[in-house]
Amino acid sequence: MPAEPTSETARAARAALATVAPEPGAREPDPILVANGVRRAFGGVVAVDVAHVEVQRGSITALIGPNGAGKTTLFNLLSGFDTPDVGEWRFDGHNMSRVAPHRTPAMGMVRTFQLTKSLTKLPVIENMKLGAMHQRGERWWNALIPPLWRRQERAIEERADALLRRFRMDHMRDEYAGTLSGGQRKLLEMARALMTEPRLVMLDEPMAGVNPALKQSLNDHIRSLRDDGMTVLFVEHDMDMVHDVSDWVIVMAEGAVIAEGTPEQISSNPAVIEAYLGVHQGKAMTADR
Amino acid sequence: MDWGSILGNAIRAFVGTDAVYFALAAIGLNVQFGYTGLLNFGQAAFMACGAYGLGMTAQYFGISFWWGLPIGLLYVVVLGLIVGIPTLRLRADYLAIVTIATAEIVRLVVRSVRFKEYFGGSDGINQFSQAYRDLSPFEPGATYGITPFRFTGYTLSTLLPGWILVAIVSAFVWSLMRSPWGRVVKAIREDEDAVRSLGKNVYTYKMQSLIIGGVIGMLSGVVFSLDRGSVQPDNYSRDVTFYVLTALVLGGIAKVSGSVVGSMLFWFIFVFVDNFMRELTADGPLKVGGVTVIESTQVGPVAYMLVGLGLMLLMVLRPQGLFGNKKEMALDAR
Repeated sequence: MPAEPTSETARAARAALATVAPEPGAREPDPILVANGVRRAFGGVVAVDVAHVEVQRGSITALIGPNGAGKTTLFNLLSGFDTPDVGEWRFDGHNMSRVAPHRTPAMGMVRTFQLTKSLTKLPVIENMKLGAMHQRGERWWNALIPPLWRRQERAIEERADALLRRFRMDHMRDEYAGTLSGGQRKLLEMARALMTEPRLVMLDEPMAGVNPALKQSLNDHIRSLRDDGMTVLFVEHDMDMVHDVSDWVIVMAEGAVIAEGTPEQISSNPAVIEAYLGVHQGKAMTADR
Repeated sequence: MDWGSILGNAIRAFVGTDAVYFALAAIGLNVQFGYTGLLNFGQAAFMACGAYGLGMTAQYFGISFWWGLPIGLLYVVVLGLIVGIPTLRLRADYLAIVTIATAEIVRLVVRSVRFKEYFGGSDGINQFSQAYRDLSPFEPGATYGITPFRFTGYTLSTLLPGWILVAIVSAFVWSLMRSPWGRVVKAIREDEDAVRSLGKNVYTYKMQSLIIGGVIGMLSGVVFSLDRGSVQPDNYSRDVTFYVLTALVLGGIAKVSGSVVGSMLFWFIFVFVDNFMRELTADGPLKVGGVTVIESTQVGPVAYMLVGLGLMLLMVLRPQGLFGNKKEMALDAR
């Protein structure tokens, strides 16, 4: 059973979602992200076919499902890294269907990747500073004149250092990102994503390859994002973690959303148990495509 | 064996015009390949843009020689867009294939009989640089400097401005690469999806890097054709790109000093090896126990073979190049 809500924001999120009907395509009181009829097929295989899904603002929403359920594909579609065959989705009222992936962070939506993409030959602090938006020195003609961007750079560096301290990475500040462990890379990627000052953070399997000792602190970090007013959507396999941190759970299987609800409702939902464990052995095999 | 002459020639090559034009081409290639990860195998085409920009002022346009630079710049931008637009959205290897093909197309077009009127065909273009020569304070026939650094006034009139240009371009690239712009392109080299997810338009940065590196390569072609006083299509073949790449790797990629010193060392080693073997075969073929090892006619190709062998050894023993960062290199293995 999940712990009692630990913070004001957690209680607020739970309260807002308490009245939502726990069914696929649930309508939520204040969604930040709404997707309609998003479908993506690779050849003959329909990887994602989601009729309707919403993410409540200020909540931590988990996207779970067996291997091959289409979670990461849906993530890629929503973040613009892949294009659906049909469908539209809105982030904070903006239609995102035609928005290139590099434009989403400026709108307040940022993602991380399942396989960490730390920039190995850049020091940790440079990784962090890369995340800051609207940098004057990123235009090459300004780049040649440091006075134009030095002050902004200093402010960015301060923000990066503060985030590194928060994620307890400050001792690695000047090391190459390539020397970090798997778990530290996950932390770095999350911290770097926060440099864009997002409203919605999308984490693709934040716990994959992270050792158990670090998992607890990663959980705390994810909770702290909600405390800072951000919305979190994350893909996860680890059911314990999902129970631990999420306010709402969306379950996918074979490309479709098969269940939604609070973690308590989900763990007793027969459709979820069937998707994960299989009522019939053969059924489970197809779900595990 | 005249060691004085061998060393003297090698030292002159170390600081000579060949080292200058290689250094410029290598710095440009370093911006593209070393920093941004763009595999440009067609640097020779960008160099040809500079050369033909100058040459065509006399050959076709009949305008002042000084228009050569802006014309060359225009050629680079057009070439960069033609090559970049279709390939920069794709994986790195596509750019490599397209650039190598484009460079050959450029060379074949400028040397073709059909377009002789514009580019001078396979004879190239001569006599376009008098306006530049007239500015030189050096007497073309006289020699200046102290041994072994003795050069004719003719050579010095491009050698000195050439090295000044190398210094300016090095400072330009160095300051670009320590700026936030440099951070973005280095990050693109590491993982472009990560950079995209952080809100940077990767495509634009790659295009900028391709064209900035191309413009620097163009300057290389300008220096080279000014020094030779002629523009020859076959000076811009694939070999040139690969020798420049060799010099770049020799010095160490993603270091400004690496491209410059790498080019200087490349010419030092090459001239040293070449002159050494010429001395060796000067009095007839070198024989060991009645078997001919090498004749004077074989020296040229063998020198290139030895340079190649040296590079292989360098790759095995010191993959980061002479000035590269070993720590950075080791991260690739992970």
